[in-house]
Amino acid sequence: MSPLTSLLIRGATLPDGTATDLLVDHGVIAERGSGLSQTGSTVIDAAGLQALPGLVDLHTHLREPGFEQSETVLSGSRAAAAGGFTAVHAMANTSPVADTAGVVEQVASLGEQHGYTTVRPVGAVTVGLAGERLSEIGAMAQSRAAVRVFSDDGRCVSDALLMRRALEYVKTFGGVIAQHSQEPRLTEGAQMNEGALSSELGLAGWPAVAEEAIIARDVLLAQHVGARLHVCHLSTAGSVEVIRWAKARGIRVTAEVAPHHLLLDEQLVAGYDARFKVNPPLRRSEDVLALRAALAEGVIDIVATDHAPHPIETKECAWQEASFGMVGLETALSVVQAAVVDSGQMSWADVARVLSGKPAEIGRLSGYDAPFTVGAPANVTLVDPGARRVFGVELLRGKSVNTPYLGRELPGRVVATVHRGVPTVLDGELRTPEEVANHVE
Amino acid sequence: MRHLLSVRDLDRGAAVGILDLAEDMADVATRAVPRLPTLRGRTVANLFFEDSTRTRLSFEAAAKRLSADVITFSAKGSSVSKGESLKDTAQTIAAMGIDAVVLRHPASGAARVLADGQWIDAAVINAGDGMHEHPTQGLLDAFTMRKAVHGTASRGTGLDGLRVTIVGDILHSRVARSNIWLLKTLGASVHLVGPETLLPAGVGAWPVTSGTDLDDALAGKPDVVMMLRVQGERMHAAYFPNEREYSRQWGLDDARLARLAPDTMVMHPGPMNRGLEISSAAADSARSLVLDQVANGVSIRMAVLYLVLSGSEGRGAV
Amino acid sequence: MTARTVLQQADITRALTRIAHEILESNASHDGASSRIVLLGIPTRGVLLARRLGAILEQLAPGAAEVGALDVTMYRDDLARQPTRTPSPSSVPSDGIDGKTVVLVDDVLYSGRTVRAALDALSDLGRPRAVRLAALIDRGHRELPIRADFVGKNLPTSQTQRIYVKLLESDGQDLVAVFDEEDQG
Ligand SMILES: [Zn+2]
Repeated sequence: MSPLTSLLIRGATLPDGTATDLLVDHGVIAERGSGLSQTGSTVIDAAGLQALPGLVDLHTHLREPGFEQSETVLSGSRAAAAGGFTAVHAMANTSPVADTAGVVEQVASLGEQHGYTTVRPVGAVTVGLAGERLSEIGAMAQSRAAVRVFSDDGRCVSDALLMRRALEYVKTFGGVIAQHSQEPRLTEGAQMNEGALSSELGLAGWPAVAEEAIIARDVLLAQHVGARLHVCHLSTAGSVEVIRWAKARGIRVTAEVAPHHLLLDEQLVAGYDARFKVNPPLRRSEDVLALRAALAEGVIDIVATDHAPHPIETKECAWQEASFGMVGLETALSVVQAAVVDSGQMSWADVARVLSGKPAEIGRLSGYDAPFTVGAPANVTLVDPGARRVFGVELLRGKSVNTPYLGRELPGRVVATVHRGVPTVLDGELRTPEEVANHVE
Repeated sequence: MRHLLSVRDLDRGAAVGILDLAEDMADVATRAVPRLPTLRGRTVANLFFEDSTRTRLSFEAAAKRLSADVITFSAKGSSVSKGESLKDTAQTIAAMGIDAVVLRHPASGAARVLADGQWIDAAVINAGDGMHEHPTQGLLDAFTMRKAVHGTASRGTGLDGLRVTIVGDILHSRVARSNIWLLKTLGASVHLVGPETLLPAGVGAWPVTSGTDLDDALAGKPDVVMMLRVQGERMHAAYFPNEREYSRQWGLDDARLARLAPDTMVMHPGPMNRGLEISSAAADSARSLVLDQVANGVSIRMAVLYLVLSGSEGRGAV
Repeated sequence: MTARTVLQQADITRALTRIAHEILESNASHDGASSRIVLLGIPTRGVLLARRLGAILEQLAPGAAEVGALDVTMYRDDLARQPTRTPSPSSVPSDGIDGKTVVLVDDVLYSGRTVRAALDALSDLGRPRAVRLAALIDRGHRELPIRADFVGKNLPTSQTQRIYVKLLESDGQDLVAVFDEEDQG
């Protein structure tokens, strides 16, 4: 099957609950309706499957260039496709750092060649993520990668003046600063959420206020300069309140939550298993509930994976020596289903909003504003919401296995992913790089 | 007992059992030949990623009194390379056929990680992990208190009703943590005193009372006053302004010593900063049990080594 | 379950009385001058039997014997093969055992390994003039060159059988019975 052969998806349930056939041809939705037929098409029987617009991740660490032992653009793209994603935003903390047009163009073009998913590089806010001088933000914006999201993720732009300048500067081209909100002095050596449990375990505490104080400062700065701010992976009930307050005042802020913060809490740290070590840390169960409610309510705009692959030896060690981070692309949709869909807090239309439409909008990624309409790019994810499986490493498709979900039963399964008309996952299986690779210049 | 990782794994019966066994071990020390053949043929590895001469020597003495062979890997020497991972070192020693590992590590939870990992078969004894716990220190402190209260009638008893005040840097102290949980298990009540900056977050959820005024605490006539070591580097991280102020507010100085009841026990896990958290007069007074603590450490560690190494086939990989 | 009673209360008392006489005789006849006797029971029931023997000896020859206990847990060579044993306290006369005649007392003599451990433990405590061994039951199957000097009853058994010794002080009755292992489920 050549990449551009047409696809006929039969009887899929759209996010609004209606069932329809979809004909995909030349990369777009060619027809929509019931009883469609097309000779020569590959047919996908989607009866009982939930169709979602292709998922968009605003927060992915692909590790290339520089840390290819953990992940590459290819392996990360495959993990993304397996998880139902048709676009990812690749964070800037590579080596070299994505702080020049050259690096972002390289990453974007690798993604383009592999074809599994659209790779949108995120540019660094400061040179080398060092928090001292602004990086070549304009050059990255004007490059072929057309970067719109800038972040020093992994580090916080803690210097208030630098943050102000960055917010102002990206206004020029409609960019956004995605802040990793972590007051550095309050989190020196921090290992887990600060509270009675961290005290008991003897792990240095990571106070909620270290996150909330930066978010509060940043929304005020964004208001002051009239700029757009995106808050990465907020993790506390207090952060939700700050965002709620800012939105009520009309401040242009969007907020994201990572899937693990919707499902896992700090009690999992008690066994010192470093698979549960993540930045920001797992919080109290009260925080988990507040984050779910805020996502359902729309105070939190999106879910983003913070997919953070690490080699095994950085997790098979004492807690405080281990790396922060979890892989998340393959599990994000299942975790969201488990946390907020199966409980009835959110519909599949809400899921489409928080995992596709809204992140595309924040990232200024085109083609996701009117999914499933005739003529729209064919980015489609088909999910079997009734499936349940005990998660194991064999279900991971990236290079690293640092998932916190091993042995945990998760609902839902991605049956097919279609990226710009090309199936990257069919019958629940990733297609080969040769079948997917974009040979068209 | 498979491992000793945390005093929280010990219920009252198990804790009293260890203290009782340590009484027997203490008797051995009084003999002409203070040695038992019990662990002949067993090998104990002292794996110290952090230097602690006194704890290492205490475990070595305990192992030797039970006729075990002892191998010491110390970060101070060159046998543990800087930055070498716990896993690599563990696998190296496992290949040597080790029956028990005594682990001192700067990371909280390191002993648990070593015991839970599938890297070695040996029993693991936590000899101090970061700010988490130091179970044998907690046990030897409890043993010392029990001996002081019950004397030769100690066997079988707990520490019911004993009121213990622990003073100083609770936040960073693994000794305090092991004492708190174990004392609670044995029926004692614990009061913590220190600057607010050095009391752990969420201490209100712990089964203790706490406060910041040492004079108030001493006016309550505690049975035991345990002074913790203050690390100089805490001052630089703004936990308190300077040593003089710390000493004035939270040091057991001569004036406070004079106000203690004659039978108040004064304890310190060592090494002491004389003149900072404890005055020389307090450290050397008749109320001080500091040297008893050291002597009892060997008996406790003999008991623990016996318990983790009996009741199962030798585990050392061959 | 087939249980066969081999000794009842009167039999046990008779056996202990006989042993007490034998201990006195052998101690006196050793080289003309008798030495002090220390009865050291091996926990748990050996200690009870040592106390009874001590009481009988006190009647026969007041002041001739002292009673104590000798725990051998830390001297066993089967550390790994058994569940963890908690040692019982040992107690020996305050002036020690040097130059005295020590009689080790146990309820059942079987492989001999417990007695071997007791001999090692004794050697760490001092240097007795002589060491004797008294057992209420000798069931055979020795694995070491050890024999008892004083035996309540020789009881040939098969290795699949089990012997239960019950004593008034610990079990509410005096009884020695043999069980067939097959019946124990
Ligand atoms: Zn981040």
